[in-house]
Amino acid sequence: MKQRDFEQRHQPLWLQLENTLAGYRKNAAVESESAGLIEDLPASYRRLCQHLAVAKERQYTSNLIARLNQLVMACHQRLYQEKSVSRSRWLEYLFSGFPRALHEQARFVWLSCALFLAPALVMGLGSYWNDSLIYAVMSPEQVLQIESMYDPANRVLGRERGSDTDLQMFGFYIKKNIGIAFRTFASGILFGIGSIFFIVFNGVFLGAIFGHITRVGFVTTFYPFVIGHGAFELTAIVFAGAAGLRLGHSLVNPGNLSRRESLRVAGRDAMKIMYGTFLMLVIAAFLEAFWSSSTEVSIAVKLAVGGFFWLLVLGYCFLGGRNQPSANTHTGGRL
Amino acid sequence: MPNNSPSSSHPPADITGLDTLYEIETPEGIDLTAQVAGPVPRMLAYSVDLFYRTLILIVLGIAMTIAGDAGVGIWLLVSFVLEWFYPVVFEVMRGGQTPGKRAFSIAVVNDNLTPIGWGPSIMRNLLRFADFLPFGYCAGIISMTCSRDFQRLGDHAAGTLVIHRENASASAALPQVTPLAPPRGLQLEDQQAIVSLSERSQELSRARQRELADLLQPITGKSGDDGLNRLHGIGRWLLGARSAEDHKDSGSKTNKRVGGQ
Repeated sequence: MKQRDFEQRHQPLWLQLENTLAGYRKNAAVESESAGLIEDLPASYRRLCQHLAVAKERQYTSNLIARLNQLVMACHQRLYQEKSVSRSRWLEYLFSGFPRALHEQARFVWLSCALFLAPALVMGLGSYWNDSLIYAVMSPEQVLQIESMYDPANRVLGRERGSDTDLQMFGFYIKKNIGIAFRTFASGILFGIGSIFFIVFNGVFLGAIFGHITRVGFVTTFYPFVIGHGAFELTAIVFAGAAGLRLGHSLVNPGNLSRRESLRVAGRDAMKIMYGTFLMLVIAAFLEAFWSSSTEVSIAVKLAVGGFFWLLVLGYCFLGGRNQPSANTHTGGRL
Repeated sequence: MPNNSPSSSHPPADITGLDTLYEIETPEGIDLTAQVAGPVPRMLAYSVDLFYRTLILIVLGIAMTIAGDAGVGIWLLVSFVLEWFYPVVFEVMRGGQTPGKRAFSIAVVNDNLTPIGWGPSIMRNLLRFADFLPFGYCAGIISMTCSRDFQRLGDHAAGTLVIHRENASASAALPQVTPLAPPRGLQLEDQQAIVSLSERSQELSRARQRELADLLQPITGKSGDDGLNRLHGIGRWLLGARSAEDHKDSGSKTNKRVGGQ
């Protein structure tokens, strides 16, 4: 069959498909006897696929093949669309999916935790015993600034407030803290080196501040301030690091898979952790801006609530998702 | 992976090594092809997006000066969202195209050429930071140039790629000449070359076409416009036209199709 005959014979179907994809239900230019076909897109699509295969086999002109290929691609995209997430999936993720993802990657969570806590502990104790150690990681101006933030003589807590509003600080914490977590995760793809750097760096920095503030004796302002949002923020940073380490590990030790494939699988696993991490950081920023800094709540209440938050987070991470069997560990649970 | 298997049935199988053609086999058993977008259109698209984002932030910044500190908070929130989620929202809601990508008609798709979903899109855009390292998307560009399908690190991890989304090109109008029977002994490749010359008669300049036609002077026996017309006639014949009226028929078809869209 010559190309022109082929085109003329199948033109109505192609037109219909094009019009359907463009959003038109009716096509005035098409003969009516074939108007019903398009109700069954998969069937029409299969016929179209056959046309493309035939056109290629018979080596029709590149224009025709390009047009058919484009049409097939458009149908393909329409038919194989990913379904959007249903509400129950989200709830399921919140109640069990996230903790389960953490359990599955327990190795990396613990490693990340160790990478964070060990430098923090060393720097914390070090700068508690030795006054000058903090200057190894911070400039004197920074130290002064941090000291003034938590000086009990100050009326407000946290970063220097002046007439600042809580909303401004919320924006600030969101941008800074979530940015840090995202960077910690993303740089994990560089064979894990980036994540390790960011976790250790954060550990050193926070450890030094904790040790120094405790040494200076601002405990009554500092600890009530940090305990509340710290429950979410510090754990979230560790989790982001764990997700980054998972990415890096997949490249360092891909096992039986190719590095590409291994990275793909790791990416899906890591994303399951990152959704939860993002949520935790939003909560942390909210608490830090609107709760931790409030001066009206007494220290005892803050410590109690903060302790409750820690129990809540740890309990959720350790106990959540225990009952459900982790059925779909590697079936690409994309959320 | 399906992408690394250039189909052997194609004549240009040895060319696909250099070509930016991306091929997958669909569940229906056909090979679907797409043109992968290289670093340059992607960088241009990125700079367009960067321009839009900066513009939004500047305008918002001016507008928020009246709102005081709360305004600063909102500005920071918006800049956070724009930094991390601007591409995600557009890629998922707009068929893989941010405004910048739309301007250069490229689009992000999964590597099985299905539309990108939330998960992969968030993944590839979170990993933007790693691609940016150490500065100016160095890692991303290196990764793109090393990979066969111009994938940056984020694309590798998310299993996505950026392809050219061609605009629907109306089937080319053939030159208005009477079909001529081709000489005997014309090989398949020769036939294809003549047909594609006829099809591209609108794209190539007349002078260039005459030049090409002159190469075949031994076969056509004519030079200049005469030779070219002869080749066009053979091309139309090979496509199935037999008489001058046939042309009008197919011409009206084309018009109908364009009008219907």
